[in-house]
This record gives sequence, structure tokens and C-alpha cells, in this order.
Amino acid sequence: MSASPAHTLPPEGDSGRLRPPTDFRSKRMRLNSARRYAVNHLVTGLALLSMVLVIAPLVAILVYLIYKGASSLNLAFFTHVPAPVGEPGGGMANAILGSGIVLALASLMGIPVGIAAGVYLAEFGRGKMLAMAVRFTADVLNGVPSIVMGIAIYSLIVMQQKHFSAFAGGVALAIMMVPTITRTTEEMLATVPHAIREAALGLGVPKWRTVLSVSLKTASPGIITGCMLAFARVAGETAPLLFTAFGNQFWSYRLTEPIAALPLQIYVYAISPYDEWHRLAWAGSLVLIVMIMVAVTLVRIYAGRGVLKGAS
Amino acid sequence: MPAAPAVTHFVQAAEAAGPEGAPSPVRQFLMSRGGGGLADKTFAGVMLVCALSIFAIVLFILTILVVRSKLSLTQFGFGFFMRSAWDPVSGDFGALPFIFGTLATSLLALAMAVPLALGVAVFLTELCPAKLRAPISFLTELLAAIPSVVYGLWAVFVLVPLVRDTLGPFLYKYLGWTGFFEGANFGVGLLAASIILAIMILPIISSITRDIMLAVPTSQREAVLALGATRWEMIRTGVLRNARIGIVGAVILGLGRALGETMAVTMVIGNHPDISKSLFAPANTLASVIAGEFSEATGDLYLSALIEIGLALFLVTIVVNAIARALVWAVTRGTPARAN
Repeated sequence: MSASPAHTLPPEGDSGRLRPPTDFRSKRMRLNSARRYAVNHLVTGLALLSMVLVIAPLVAILVYLIYKGASSLNLAFFTHVPAPVGEPGGGMANAILGSGIVLALASLMGIPVGIAAGVYLAEFGRGKMLAMAVRFTADVLNGVPSIVMGIAIYSLIVMQQKHFSAFAGGVALAIMMVPTITRTTEEMLATVPHAIREAALGLGVPKWRTVLSVSLKTASPGIITGCMLAFARVAGETAPLLFTAFGNQFWSYRLTEPIAALPLQIYVYAISPYDEWHRLAWAGSLVLIVMIMVAVTLVRIYAGRGVLKGAS
Repeated sequence: MPAAPAVTHFVQAAEAAGPEGAPSPVRQFLMSRGGGGLADKTFAGVMLVCALSIFAIVLFILTILVVRSKLSLTQFGFGFFMRSAWDPVSGDFGALPFIFGTLATSLLALAMAVPLALGVAVFLTELCPAKLRAPISFLTELLAAIPSVVYGLWAVFVLVPLVRDTLGPFLYKYLGWTGFFEGANFGVGLLAASIILAIMILPIISSITRDIMLAVPTSQREAVLALGATRWEMIRTGVLRNARIGIVGAVILGLGRALGETMAVTMVIGNHPDISKSLFAPANTLASVIAGEFSEATGDLYLSALIEIGLALFLVTIVVNAIARALVWAVTRGTPARAN
């Protein structure tokens, strides 16, 4: 018999015809096996190490931010406008209000356009080349640096009007919100079962009402998630506001005037040479990041509920 | 008339009651609520216009940047990107120092971030206990949600002193012979900018890589394991090899983010148009020169040179992002719903 069990060596003289079965207990194989397991453990260790190296800066940033921010936060921060150079005290009340105004303006313009474009992609443009092109353009627009958006809006609005304005800042942020909202709206609408749409259409409901009160309503938790993520993203943007909203040391409510914004104020104070301003920059960062974290966490809780659970 | 069986008798009853030729009350009701073809067409039209506005935005950015940088485009031509002069006083402008700064910081940041991001993605998808997976990916998402200006603030007050007093002297002592760590070390410069960039692009690269690795079917892993592979051999041949195109896409996406990152870099790079071999030297990137000098640019030529830099940045990031998206799409499109 030439077929010998794998764990025994073949009889002498037979090896000319058949390849001898591997002897897993040979020195060479044991070394090979040891090497493979060593590499396995090494790589596992490296992956663990990289995890630690990534978590470390995050924890460092957060801990330092909370430590510095909490120690410099006080009531005046929320109620006072910035003090003149050299005077202690002062706050960022006008910047918090300004951020609110600019972000509200951006949401008013960006959210409807973003959702409508998403509706087109999911409900009207299935399988069309045009929809593919819009989708791709939205993804690409998402990656355009925010500073480029800033100078484009500066060139269009600020250069025409000859002054910086809250409106220009709102437009810049709105444009940054659109692609994110479009893509999430489309993805969420794609998860709505066709049967629900067909049921509505079968009852004689016009297409536009079907989209508004059936598709959009069913997908609304996911769409709200997308809008809040886009909002959280632009809430911290500084670069597009540098040359549009510009910043302001005083209270300002008008849309046609330069307006203060929290990220702008943090930037100006961070690169200033005054300790008092550094303190305010840390406090401002803490407030900004707490706002964004709350939004992101809410989104996570909300998104965890699933798209269809609330509706079906 | 198309009507579901459940409402047919209503419709018939309504039609029987109505006068000859006139639409039935049900039909009238539906039309009064916007049931006509006109309402549908208008709605579809509005949605289409909003979708097309995304094209319009990109086109408008391109047009306005070209128009506003015409002065500099005609004055310097394509030589603009080859010249290293940047002298606002005599009106002599060239973008080479900024291109150098952008490439140097971005590539250094990638060199630091990519191995770490791959390690994190491998850890999260293949090695991590299921309990830890959700909190850790939540943490990396938080890292991505921190605004750029806050990273900058942290870099100015923590990273820069660290580079100046600890990391810089260490690198000079052991790697000084390479010539990359020479000259005065003030903390601000290429090295600090690259480190903060690496920290900022890590979450993007690692979360996309993780998504791509999750898209690799489990049967691939099981097949390799069944052949007696160790876990690392399974990851290498079963997962990384299948996901490599998508991983390249994720890295290029991170590169796109690094090229355009503005605030944090502006705050720690030193803002000086120099081309230097030393990583301690201050420099300037395409984005940071715009942020730093745009509002104090006097003279039309100065302004238009800065806008031309913005135009270049716009075109480069569009190309980089298009390539990256195409690669990521090629891998993740058509995959079944993810496990978690």
C-alpha cells in the first residue's frame, strides 16, 4: 500500500513515487509554527498599541480641555461681551448669540435644499445617470476645504456688498451642510419599503403627498439624525466665517453687519498674546465642544432606535 | 379609473350620484387636495432644481474663483506654481513654498496616521471583544467631532511646548545626523503641524477602513481559518488583501482632508513662506496662507494671487476626493448590510 496515514513516515524506498507526508513534529515545522504564532502575537500587540496611541491624544485633549475650560468658566462668560484689552473679565455672550443666528440662518437655507435634493435622488432619480452624477458631485463637494468655501462666498457676496455680514456667513455654512444632508436623506429614504409607497399610491394619493407624508415621514428619524450631524459639523467651522461673518466685539443682531461667532472668537483669542484671552478661549472651546457632543450623543441615541420603529 | 378595491364602491357610488360629464365628488376632493398632474410635476420639478443646485454650487465656486483670480492668472501664468517668491511689497507672487508646505505636512501626517489607523481598524473589526467595540468606535467618532479650532488651541498650548522642550531635543539628539532636525526649534513649524494633522485625520481613515473591512464577507475569514491559518494570517490574506482597494481609497480621503485643513495648521505652522529641509522650520500651506493673509491683503494683485491659491486648492481636493470616492465605492457598493 502506498497510501500511508498522514502521521507516520512512509516506508523506506517508497518516497520516490509519492511526496512524503509532512511531519508536523519535525524540528523545521515546529520552528515554522512557533514563528507564525510569534508573528500573530506581535501583530496583535501592535494593533493594541496603535489603539492606545490613538485613544491617548483624545483623552489628553478632552481632559486638558475640561480642566482648563471648567476652571475658567464663570457666569460672566455667558452674560458679558468681550472686555477691552488689558481689562479682566468679559465673556462671549455676543459670540454665543452670533453663532446661534448664523447657524439658524444656515439651517434655514441648507436643510430644505439638502432634503429636497435627497428626495430627488431617492424618489425620482433611481437608476438615472443624472442622479449618479449628483450623488458623486455631493460627495466631492463634501471634501472641498472649508476655507475655499469662505473665499468663494467672500468673492460673491462680501465683495459685492462691500462689507462683511452675518448673511454671508450663513450662506457659506449652508453650502457646507447641503451635501451631508442630501446623502443621508437619500440613504434613509432607500430603506423605506416600496410596499408602503405603493399602498399610498394605490389609494389614489398623489405622488407628491406620498413622498411628503409617507416616505419622508417614515424615514424622519434618520433624516433628523443627518441634519443634526451636519449641524454639529458646521457649528465648529471657523475657516468659512473668517472672511464672511468676520467677528464682532459688540452685540450685533443685524444680518447685514459683521457678527461674532464662537469658533471665530476662540481662534482670535487663542493666537492673541494675552493670558486673560487665552482663559476665555479655553472656556469657549469647552462650551462649543459640550454643545457638539450633546448633539452627537443625541443623534446616536436617536439613530439607535432604527428607521422604521417609530412609524410602523 | 385606478382605485384600490377597498374604495371602489365609494367611487362608483359617488360617480353615480354626480351629474353627467362633471368629475365625481371623490375626484373633485382629490383634485382640491392637489391631485392634479400639475402638482406632481411642480413637486418633481422643485426637487430636481434642488438636486441640480449641487452642480450649480460647484460650478459657481469654480467660476467665481477663476474670475476673481484673473489678474494673477494673466500676470504669472502657470509659472505661478513654480516660483518661490512671495513678496507682497513688490508685488511678486509664487505658490511653490505653499505647495511644498502642504505636501510636506500632509505626507508626514499620512506617514504617522496610516499605520495607526490600520491598527485601530484591525483591532476594532477582528481582535476587539464585542463589548468594547461600541464604546471605542464612539470615542473615535467623538475625536472626529472636535472642531478644528479646538485642536488648534490644544496644539498651541500643549503640543508646541512638547515639541519645543521634549520631542524636538530628543529627535535632534538621535536623528540630527539626517539633517531633518536642524536649526532653531521654536516648537511651531512643520513637525507640530504634521502631528496635529495626523491626530485629526486618524478617525476619518480608521472609521472608513473599519467599514470596508466589515464589508469583507465572513466566509472569507472562515475559509482561511479552516486552512489552519493563525489570526494574523487570516487578517492578512483574508481581510486586508480583499479590502486593499478600499483602504487605499480611505487613505486618499484622509489625504484630501489633510490638504485642505486650515485652522489647526494655521495656528501652529509658524506662517512663513520658506522651503526648508528641517522639520523644525516654520512654513505655510496653501490653506494657511489664505487664512493668515487674506484679510490683510492690500492691493488687487495680492488678493487675486491668494484667490488663485484657493482655486488650486479647490481643484486639487476635487481630483483627490473623486479618486478616493471611486475607490471606496468600488469596494463597498453592493455589499450586504453590515453586521453591526
